[in-house]
Amino acid sequence: MPDGLLPLGVVLSSFVPGLAIFFLAEARHRLRSALNLAGALTKLALIGVMLWGVLHDRDYVFSHTVLPGLDLVLRADALAMLFVSLSAALWFFTTLYAIGYLEGSPQRSRFFGFFSLCVTATMGIAMAGNLFSFFLFYELLTLATYPLVVHRGTEAALRAGRIYLAYTLGGGALLLVGTAWLYALAGQVDFVAGGSLAGLPEEAAGRLRLVFLLLVAGLGVKAALVPLHGWLPVAMVAPAPVSALLHAVAVVKAGAFGIVRVVYEVYGVEFAQSLGLLVPLAAAAALTIVWGSLRALYQDDLKRRLAYSTVSQVAYIALGAALFGPVGTIGGVVHLVHQGVMKITLFFCAGNYAETLGVHRVDELDGAGRRMPATSVAFTVAAFGMIGLPPLAGFVSKWYLGLGALEAQMPWVLAVLAASSLLNAAYFLPVVHRLWFRPRAGPWPQEHIRARGGWETSRLLLVPPLATAAATLGFGLFAAGSASPLDWAKLVAAREYLQWVP
Amino acid sequence: MATTELADPIPWLVLLPLAWATAAFVLGPGRGGRLAVAGLAVQAALALALAAEVLEAGPRRYAVGGWAAPLGIELLADGLAAFMLATTAAVALPVAVYARGYFRAVSRSDAHPKGATWFWPLTGYLVAALDVLFLAADLFNLYVGLELLGLAAVGLTALTGERAAVAAALRYLLASLLGSGAYLMGVALVYGAYGTVSLATLAPLIEPLPAVALAAGLMAAGLALKTALFPLHFWLPPAHGGAASPVSALLSALVVKASFYLLLRLWFGIYAPLTTAAAAQLLGALGAAAVVWGSVQALRQERLKMLVAYSTVAQLGYLFLVFPLATGTGPAAAAAAWGGALLQVLAHGLAKAAMFAAAGAMVLAAGRDAVAGLGGVGARLPLSLFAFALAGVTLMGLPPSGGFTAKWLLLRAALASGQWWWAAVLVVGGLLAAAYVFRVLRQAFLPVEAASTGGVPRSLEFAALALALGGVLLGLFGERPLALLGVG
Amino acid sequence: MSAGLFYALTGGLLFALGLAGLILRAHVLRKLLAFNILGSGAFLVLVGLGGRDGTPDPVTQAMVLTGIVVAVAATALGLALARRLLELTGDMALPGEAPHGDD
Repeated sequence: MPDGLLPLGVVLSSFVPGLAIFFLAEARHRLRSALNLAGALTKLALIGVMLWGVLHDRDYVFSHTVLPGLDLVLRADALAMLFVSLSAALWFFTTLYAIGYLEGSPQRSRFFGFFSLCVTATMGIAMAGNLFSFFLFYELLTLATYPLVVHRGTEAALRAGRIYLAYTLGGGALLLVGTAWLYALAGQVDFVAGGSLAGLPEEAAGRLRLVFLLLVAGLGVKAALVPLHGWLPVAMVAPAPVSALLHAVAVVKAGAFGIVRVVYEVYGVEFAQSLGLLVPLAAAAALTIVWGSLRALYQDDLKRRLAYSTVSQVAYIALGAALFGPVGTIGGVVHLVHQGVMKITLFFCAGNYAETLGVHRVDELDGAGRRMPATSVAFTVAAFGMIGLPPLAGFVSKWYLGLGALEAQMPWVLAVLAASSLLNAAYFLPVVHRLWFRPRAGPWPQEHIRARGGWETSRLLLVPPLATAAATLGFGLFAAGSASPLDWAKLVAAREYLQWVP
Repeated sequence: MATTELADPIPWLVLLPLAWATAAFVLGPGRGGRLAVAGLAVQAALALALAAEVLEAGPRRYAVGGWAAPLGIELLADGLAAFMLATTAAVALPVAVYARGYFRAVSRSDAHPKGATWFWPLTGYLVAALDVLFLAADLFNLYVGLELLGLAAVGLTALTGERAAVAAALRYLLASLLGSGAYLMGVALVYGAYGTVSLATLAPLIEPLPAVALAAGLMAAGLALKTALFPLHFWLPPAHGGAASPVSALLSALVVKASFYLLLRLWFGIYAPLTTAAAAQLLGALGAAAVVWGSVQALRQERLKMLVAYSTVAQLGYLFLVFPLATGTGPAAAAAAWGGALLQVLAHGLAKAAMFAAAGAMVLAAGRDAVAGLGGVGARLPLSLFAFALAGVTLMGLPPSGGFTAKWLLLRAALASGQWWWAAVLVVGGLLAAAYVFRVLRQAFLPVEAASTGGVPRSLEFAALALALGGVLLGLFGERPLALLGVG
Repeated sequence: MSAGLFYALTGGLLFALGLAGLILRAHVLRKLLAFNILGSGAFLVLVGLGGRDGTPDPVTQAMVLTGIVVAVAATALGLALARRLLELTGDMALPGEAPHGDD
């Protein structure tokens, strides 16, 4: 297969099954599941080939000219592969989970069709080779996630959908203006390591700052940077697999990933630093981290608490991008992966509690650890990871971010990290405490699935969180190993800085 | 000589629709419809052949009957004309397929069985008038094409014979006659000043005389009325929203574009020495007002087809941004604006035809024309809903769609010429379009009530989907159409 | 003042009259008559300005002839629609404009 077709194949391996699923009759759930899983496995195989290639310095580029000076480019570089592998792996688990979660519910063809389109868009975002291609998939993601958010068709869901669209399409408009302006200033801007704007004449600096503001504001909507985060808690009405996807893989991550791309590969981190753009970005990220954690403290609904936690945790990625120096970069980029596996575990678990026991609120969780030990272990691991306890994945991220802050001579960031960790502990530990140490008083709100044969809930609901919890542990324990997320993040960082300081 | 004459696509583009229109009149709707679809398929092939030829070898002239101008009638196919001819064929062919299924379904319920009888002849004349207009190389032939087009369009509007449709058709007729009357007065003044109506002869002669300026003003006003430029759009929503669905598709996608085409030709052609930045800004401002006003009205409509019709008012507004963006600006900005506006003509043509076709199928299935309560219909006709959504993507200007590439080029032109306020119009217009499109789409997610909807022939749904897909694919393959526009 | 210019000015006047009638009168027949006056005005301008030194210009004659054919066709279509409107509504005015008997 020619090298250019591999990135296209990765995108199409969810697009084609997605389209096919739309046309399936509702009752054909076996065929639907087979299509879904075949797509997911094909994608993983293609990615495996590309991972090997990228490690061996091969270049996979697909390019198609849309208009003169406007190319659709898919390129599998190191940063892209990090996000692609994460999304593809988590998509696989989320698909398994969603098949179990939605068993017997209506409109599943529609759901899984859009689910696949959503992953298609995420793959495109990850591998986009320039801002236009990025924008294309960014908007496709908006369109593909809307049907998932409103899937239940209730008044609350439709309202959430409206708010979601207002925020994300508004953000998309800002991104479009920023992109068009940048193309007008600098021509077609490809994503290249080290950025490509440093050569522009000095008098463009003012306009470049403004463009940066537009781009980051447009991306910040999906990344849920405060004050653009309003849609995220509202979108919690969606089914649990959707929340998992939105928070860990697709939407929020797309925004954060876009910020990373803009800082490193459009402006170039050194040029962004010289324009004085990094400190305001760091401040915005820090504000988001603290604000999200504070708000999470006051949520009684488990999923809403997790949602605010996402607001806070995703900002770590933006923070890493804003810390000038390779160590901070490593922290931010690796958190892209670490936050993904930890947050998806938490949402899987929250979905399990809701689906199995009818538990939605934090104060209803008393004694759930005894009834659902495996789910609760997974939840506990992920929550500890979020807090940043060693040797879990979250610790690695925070360690590098902290070192990066010192390297960038922004010691106040350390205070933010410390405060955030304390707040994380303050809103996660009570949940963990209730799970394990509070006795159950009274029956469960609605016990949908009875424990039988040693399984606390449906198998399809149990395997995904256990797998991702194991990843949370593994990514922390074996962070120093080769081809760990940390190793890839180091590879990325090495390519972004012109002078590599180990 | 005779063989090359016969093989030339230019005369056939006009003669063919006249021939099948007349035959359809004799044969009746059944066989006439089949003939029309076949005729339009040939037409599409001819239009594409001509476009390829023009792209390769440059503009073509054709003297009707071998008589050269000024005695004979001369036709001219440059890049712009070939583009418009291709647009016409690309929209008309799927709409014809749709119309066959539509009128069969309608006559089954026997509401207005007469409609189909006149649809095919009138559509043939409509297509012939469009092609004459796009190929005409003198002011008077343009007038004849414009007037014929108006008459065919009015006839089509009145097709159902219902009260609202007849009233809308009459209003449309009067607006159309007023517009072409003003245009004719302009022709008379120009002829009085220079003694010729040939565009090629006039081009080097025109200078800013008062009589010529008056002529230009009358023609511009008349054409703006015919293009339904805000605030002269009053006649459009009832006509487009009240006509039979295949007719709505043709009117919104093609007919209003013809008068815009003419305005574009004159403004950047013979009247280029007269145009001023102020006049261009005025046209742009009216276009911007149309974008906002049309979208807001679309948001407020209870009837689905009226929503789509007001969306046309809004989308036509974008076209008028070409005047401020390409008048007196640098060559790069002007070229981008020109390309953007014409890609918008094609993209909107495909998407709006798709939207009316899909809306028509849903209205037919639901038995009533209302935005609320489409929930059950969406579940029954998922393809139509999908076509509507894809067309919506083009209208919102999201990538990858022809609407996006058009908007992108206009945006580039606005930024390159330092006129950022038009960029703001483009962005706001896109968001407003999203608001009214999602007002329809969200109905599909409502819980399905006891579905009392009938089915529709599958050809309706597939035709709508083909049109919508065309609008989207234009966003990925816009390079050649754009290159064609650069010819001549 | 030459005869041609006189015709042209008269044509302009007729055009303006027709325009006013087309916009201001509600009765559809009056609107159609006004359109015909407007059209005649345009034809007169065409003929008046077209003739040079008293010799009529064959091109304008041909154009006016064509124009008259078009105007007749348009008027016929308008009348047919107006009759249909009368059958359906019992009124010769467009909905939303002044009701019957505006004279």
